[in-house]
Amino acid sequence: MYKILNKQDLGPSIKEFLISSPKIARKVQPGQFVVVKIDERGERIPLTIADYERDKGTITIVVQEAGKTTCQLGGLNSGDTLSDVIGPLGIPTHIENRGTIVCVGGGVGIAPVYPVARGFKEIGNRVISIIGARTRELVIWEDKIASVSDEVYITTDDGSYGRKGFVSDELQRLIEGKREFGLVFAVGPTLMMRAVSEVTRPYKLRTIVSLNPIMVDATGMCGACRVSVGGKTKFVCVDGPDFDGHQVDFDQLLSRQRIYLQEEKKALQHYNSLHKHGTLK
Amino acid sequence: MKIAPRKVEMPRQKPKVRVTNFNEVALGYSEKEAQQEAKRCLQCKKAPCTKACPVEIDIPGFIAKITEKDYQGAIRKIKEANLLPAMCGRVCPQEGLCEKACTLSKKYEPVAIGRLERFAADWELQKGSPESSPLPSSTGKRVAVIGSGPGSLSCAGDLVRWGDKVTIFEALHKPGGVLVYGIPEFRLPKAIIEREVNYIQSLGVEVKTGYVIGKIYTLDELFSQGYDAIFIGIGAGLPKFMDIPGENLNGVYSANEFLTRTNLMKAYLFPQYDTPIKIGERVAVIGGGNVAMDASRVALRLGAQKVSNIYRRSPKEMPARVEEVQNAKDEGVEFKFLTNPVRILGNKENWVTGIECIRMELGEPDESGRCRPVPIKGSEFTIKVDIVVMAIGAGANPLLPSATPDLKVNKWGYIVIDEASGKTSKEGVWAGGDIVSGAATVISAMASGRRSARAIHQYLMAPLEARDFS
Repeated sequence: MYKILNKQDLGPSIKEFLISSPKIARKVQPGQFVVVKIDERGERIPLTIADYERDKGTITIVVQEAGKTTCQLGGLNSGDTLSDVIGPLGIPTHIENRGTIVCVGGGVGIAPVYPVARGFKEIGNRVISIIGARTRELVIWEDKIASVSDEVYITTDDGSYGRKGFVSDELQRLIEGKREFGLVFAVGPTLMMRAVSEVTRPYKLRTIVSLNPIMVDATGMCGACRVSVGGKTKFVCVDGPDFDGHQVDFDQLLSRQRIYLQEEKKALQHYNSLHKHGTLK
Repeated sequence: MKIAPRKVEMPRQKPKVRVTNFNEVALGYSEKEAQQEAKRCLQCKKAPCTKACPVEIDIPGFIAKITEKDYQGAIRKIKEANLLPAMCGRVCPQEGLCEKACTLSKKYEPVAIGRLERFAADWELQKGSPESSPLPSSTGKRVAVIGSGPGSLSCAGDLVRWGDKVTIFEALHKPGGVLVYGIPEFRLPKAIIEREVNYIQSLGVEVKTGYVIGKIYTLDELFSQGYDAIFIGIGAGLPKFMDIPGENLNGVYSANEFLTRTNLMKAYLFPQYDTPIKIGERVAVIGGGNVAMDASRVALRLGAQKVSNIYRRSPKEMPARVEEVQNAKDEGVEFKFLTNPVRILGNKENWVTGIECIRMELGEPDESGRCRPVPIKGSEFTIKVDIVVMAIGAGANPLLPSATPDLKVNKWGYIVIDEASGKTSKEGVWAGGDIVSGAATVISAMASGRRSARAIHQYLMAPLEARDFS
């Protein structure tokens, strides 16, 4: 059992959880993820580790309520427990000196950008962060991102905060400003990571994306998370989650992420109907 | 006394009924049936059955106890050699081992050794808590066992009975390995595995789930935590695909994923359980082994209208147990032999719509001794399907070996061992089961787990200077 030490509402339906797991906290590196299973009947979902404190034995995950599992998770509070938190999984982000790094975070993907930006910053890179969301209330962790960045740019789709537009538009502007960038690192919705990769492609600017497909065991055993990268099938759980954005078949990934749309709806309806009748907390 | 030429039949769920549920198909002998079958045993002095058993159970011995109605004595005899009898009685391929060697089989059907083993084990489970064996005083030595499948459980079970302290590290959230994620409920009920794992725990084995060794700890970190030896029994956890076009279409599953969703995650109880599975109307399962039979039968139970099993050779070459093939046939699985997929077809939305196959004929025998299937030019044809399950075997999962550079693996990624002891290239580390041999059987994994347990215990008991550091 893994105890939730603190829970914070970051915005409408976005929750931050501080979880006790000294063994994972001791080992985790930027870019790695955990598999979370809430209870006996729960599914296994991968969540990127957004922060960790080794000496306190904690990890932080940030979740946006969307389906049954994330809604149930969002309903948990400080003092509640999760039956399984397994990790750290995946290959850590390759942190290296490349001069100026642009870290791009979209929506709930802003949070997992933080440890990566921090990692790049710590070894002496200049870090420019671009974070964005649909609307002002969904822009999270601005201060944390700012604390590990030399410059921060903010966008919202509706223009309610920062510049109106997408993070990829902001990236385009920065690149057209004739500055030299060594690497772009992006986390967020698949469409956003694709847009970022398309922006950098003509400039041959190295772009790393952190993919988030459906997983089951997340140890390379089932292949649910497979995606074509450079024409070769890769398992995101063990070969990734980081890949060269110019090589990823985003269309395939998008379609594989939608395999269970109907079932996800059904599960949420089922959950909500039980929830209303008070059988679940 | 005249010997009945045939085994006493074991009651089973009727095919039409059982395809509508996930309950166990074979129901086990009643006491009367067990008595009748046990009496067929000739009690051969030389016991060829025992010699053919990978873990050398005293088979005539336990059968004699059954005829004496001393069921506690029977299970005690079995447990001298095998701590997981309820499992082995169900999934061990007896027809190729003990029952094949049975003297009766020269003239008649062999004694139903597996069914009798199961009877004794189930008798004990039904009775309540199993009898715990007396344990010797602790040796003070600690062994880490990686993985919790049959090889690891047997290894742990032996070590703990010799007084070593054992901790099992399992990557998934439940112990049992392939017994839990791979073998379906209707062939091996999960409650049985739980009880056999509980039994091992009651002997003092500690089981830690959700520990992915190689990620959370390296082997060297385990040594520095105070473990004196390590056994690796992590199985063949890497799904194989055919490398044909269309394999990443929606609706194509590896057998590992298809079975894990169903067995470990209980997708057949969705939405009471959270993990979903897609089934469609028409399912094709590729492959001719036990896993392919399991996947086909699972597909039927999940509600598929038509399940086709596609195998590139002929029935004779199928690696699946005859009994499992028969079960699948009885339940309505359609077999397409001498047929091989060429590509998987999909629609605009990236969903599977069919498989293009080619007919095969058998050529010269290959290195496996089976006739090599050769494609017949121009014989391509298409089958309409919604779901494809690739059950063509499993390879070595590289997660742990790649985190352990001084652990020698062969060109396929399997861990290299000394055959007699299971010892690896790394000091203090042994390995067994599918991560050494490639996908095989539960009983062979158990045999290798026990072989390593002997070697590990000897190593732990030897004075330091006598240890072989070569």
